[in-house]
Amino acid sequence: MRTLDTICIMCPLGCPLRVTEKDGKVCVEGNTCARGAKYGAEEFTYPKRTVTTLVKEKSGGVCSVKTSSSVPKDRIKDVLFEASKLCVTDAKIGDVILQNVLGLGVDFVVTGTSRD
Amino acid sequence: MRYDVIVIGGGPAGMAAALAADKAGAKTLILERDTRLGGILNQCIHQGFGLHYFKEEMTGPEYAHRFKQLVEKSSVEVMLESMVLSIGDDLTLTALSPSHGLMKLEAGAIVLAMGCRERTAGAIMLPGTRPAGIYTAGMAQKLSNVMGYLVGKEVVILGSGDIGLIMARRMTSEGAHVKLVLELMPFSSGLKRNIVQCLDDYDIPIKYSHTITKVEGSPRLTGLRYAPVDEFRRPILEKEEYISCDTLLLSVGLIPENDLLSGTSVLLDRVTGGAVVDENRMTTVQGVFSCGNVLHVHDLVDNVSNEAEIAGRAAAEFALCAQKEKEYFGVKATNGIRYALPQRISGGEGKITLFFRVDAVYKNRKLVVLSGDKVIKSRKFAVLAPGEMGSVEIDRALVDGELTVRLDDENA
Repeated sequence: MRTLDTICIMCPLGCPLRVTEKDGKVCVEGNTCARGAKYGAEEFTYPKRTVTTLVKEKSGGVCSVKTSSSVPKDRIKDVLFEASKLCVTDAKIGDVILQNVLGLGVDFVVTGTSRD
Repeated sequence: MRYDVIVIGGGPAGMAAALAADKAGAKTLILERDTRLGGILNQCIHQGFGLHYFKEEMTGPEYAHRFKQLVEKSSVEVMLESMVLSIGDDLTLTALSPSHGLMKLEAGAIVLAMGCRERTAGAIMLPGTRPAGIYTAGMAQKLSNVMGYLVGKEVVILGSGDIGLIMARRMTSEGAHVKLVLELMPFSSGLKRNIVQCLDDYDIPIKYSHTITKVEGSPRLTGLRYAPVDEFRRPILEKEEYISCDTLLLSVGLIPENDLLSGTSVLLDRVTGGAVVDENRMTTVQGVFSCGNVLHVHDLVDNVSNEAEIAGRAAAEFALCAQKEKEYFGVKATNGIRYALPQRISGGEGKITLFFRVDAVYKNRKLVVLSGDKVIKSRKFAVLAPGEMGSVEIDRALVDGELTVRLDDENA
């Protein structure tokens, strides 16, 4: 049986959560509100994160990028690797520099450059 | 040169204050020592900014960009690479810049928005040698995110402030191995979200109630000795352990950068490290205002923007309208409350938000605000932690004596 022990991040209370699966049903324990139950279940079944990282600029600098929405947590490494292969010129805030990263349905969007 | 309002610092606080002053009709100048506006936001490439202020989640550079665009569209003047050397009680400034040389400036009001700096190895009396490879977390963040350098490969982080936690994830993303986080206190000073998403997500261990007992290596850091601490935060040397690493990041607190005030009569609060201010964020020197991290260290930039708008608006009003002498009531923090801000309040109409931090983790407590002996506000909190700034709104009309902010048992 898979078990996930984590802390709820929905509010400063930080309830310790234990999430398990019983007969195909996700069971959250330790939460003190409905938001915690939802968070625990999501973290257990399909945890997602927005990835932010750097991309090389041809001029020698770096620009910062983010994924346009969150990606599955277990794909963060792959997404970072894709960003490490890129090299851009004259990127501006808001530019999409790679579409549909690894088929995950998210784009790399420029969030800042050293010229801004 | 004379301006109605001169804002020192072009970070989130400075930009918001200047925009508010401009909107109120004041001729406004921002003096910024860096080559661009945005301050520390420029290097905070992670998400989590703007949820309250812009109602959307964005990265630091994006949040800064929004404000930079507003500044560009406004009539606010900006001088970059301009270092303020001194300010006086008479609202004069001297500043230096490559393009303008030495400047003498006069202001109708001054807004302090210089932000804060990090505590260093010296500030915490870190034991051992001083090899290469020891950085404050924010310095490492700048080297990484703005300049594109990887500062180390085998990393230990001392302190669990938010920048340290964020840098644990950042360094991991760039291929470094973050081996351990050590925290002197039995709890983290960072946000819960950062513990989960920056440490737990990457299986980075954190040891609470632990500290470094010796730094080793020359010329480069080779390793650290560390040990658990007792209830008085003294290391228990019998339990000392060793960990090899080439890099140590320090995330051990922030200090409001108030050095400029040394020649003035601005009264400083020993707890916050910032000025003592009233509800308009005016210091004890008439016409000098303070906001953002130079006033007290914030967790969220959204709160900085809001606070700076109060200061900017009030600075414009001070510069443009005749002011009446005000009578103030002091605000005292006691019984679990480390500080409350503003530290003094004048009577009047409307609501005032009091910001506060607690001195330890508390569960099921009641925050009470008294005017003299009379309770004018009480609010229950399920949990209060030093790492998360709290706030409570009070009715100004009820204030008729010295204020006290304290924590009581929930049922008291």
